[in-house]
Amino acid sequence: MQRVTLITGARKGIGRHLAQHYLAAGHVVVGCSRDASDLEHEHYRHFQADVADEKAVKPIFHHLLKVHGRLDHLVNNAGIASMNHSVLTPLSTVQQVFSTNVFGTFLFCREAAKLMHKHRYGRIVNFTTVATPLKLEGEAAYAASKAAVLSLTEILAREVATMGITVNAVGPTPIETDLIKSVPKAKMEALLARHPIARFGTMDDVTNVVDFFLSERSSFITAQNIYLGGVS
Amino acid sequence: MDVLGDILYPVIDDHNEVHDDARLAKDPACVLFGEDAVLQSMELVGFVIRVQQHLEERFDRGIELAHEKALSRRNSPFRTIGTLADYIAELLAEDSAAA
Repeated sequence: MQRVTLITGARKGIGRHLAQHYLAAGHVVVGCSRDASDLEHEHYRHFQADVADEKAVKPIFHHLLKVHGRLDHLVNNAGIASMNHSVLTPLSTVQQVFSTNVFGTFLFCREAAKLMHKHRYGRIVNFTTVATPLKLEGEAAYAASKAAVLSLTEILAREVATMGITVNAVGPTPIETDLIKSVPKAKMEALLARHPIARFGTMDDVTNVVDFFLSERSSFITAQNIYLGGVS
Repeated sequence: MDVLGDILYPVIDDHNEVHDDARLAKDPACVLFGEDAVLQSMELVGFVIRVQQHLEERFDRGIELAHEKALSRRNSPFRTIGTLADYIAELLAEDSAAA
């Protein structure tokens, strides 16, 4: 059976890498992002939507229900960061960070669980961050939003366990993507030095964990969060 | 659209096929939620999801039943099949008026 996989934030970075990876694995992939995507594939469909905008998100799930009649995997990759001292962070920035990272993740989990319930099968993977356990200065809003995602993951996993749905999370270390492009090199090196394995993460490091959580064989794995690079 | 005949009773048929131990009657008085309810809480969640999907799949009506308005009412619209039918009819009318 051809699996149907929904990936948020699929236009670039990790989301795009995952979209290409699962297309190559034979999945139907539905992606979304605020902007249009140039990813073309016969089994790929892209929607332009802000993940926290309930009205904009509805057509994605309507498409999945009407065209595919199912959803097997959700990868809640869309996220935004804020790297600034809390004293200098506008409230509107905190609101944006929580809107995308927490409300968007919640909305997609809720709608995905409804669709997955139909076939009593589903795999949801959320994204946390090592910034939370490392308690990184300058990332208070971002780390707090991802702490909320972790809590959401753990509790949602219990709520949907009887529906055959697993909910897990992966917490990447810094990867050389747009998310960290504004961070000074010295700061980044100091940060990496705090990791047991002191290097940048790669797309494949993340893909490996997402593959594990999405596997049919991972039916007994839920409410788990895996931080990369040995961070705990 | 007949909410009972077109929406709720077909979903009850689907439900009864897989829940032999928690069968629902095609009767407006059938209790869904609260005292004397046939369904456990998770079964009610599943039933509500099926009703929403049936509305969307068969009639292209994407209405959200877990509306704040419903949750704050003194008498839950999820109490019986009859109250749920009335509530769905109300939401459909509002949705049509807004369109």
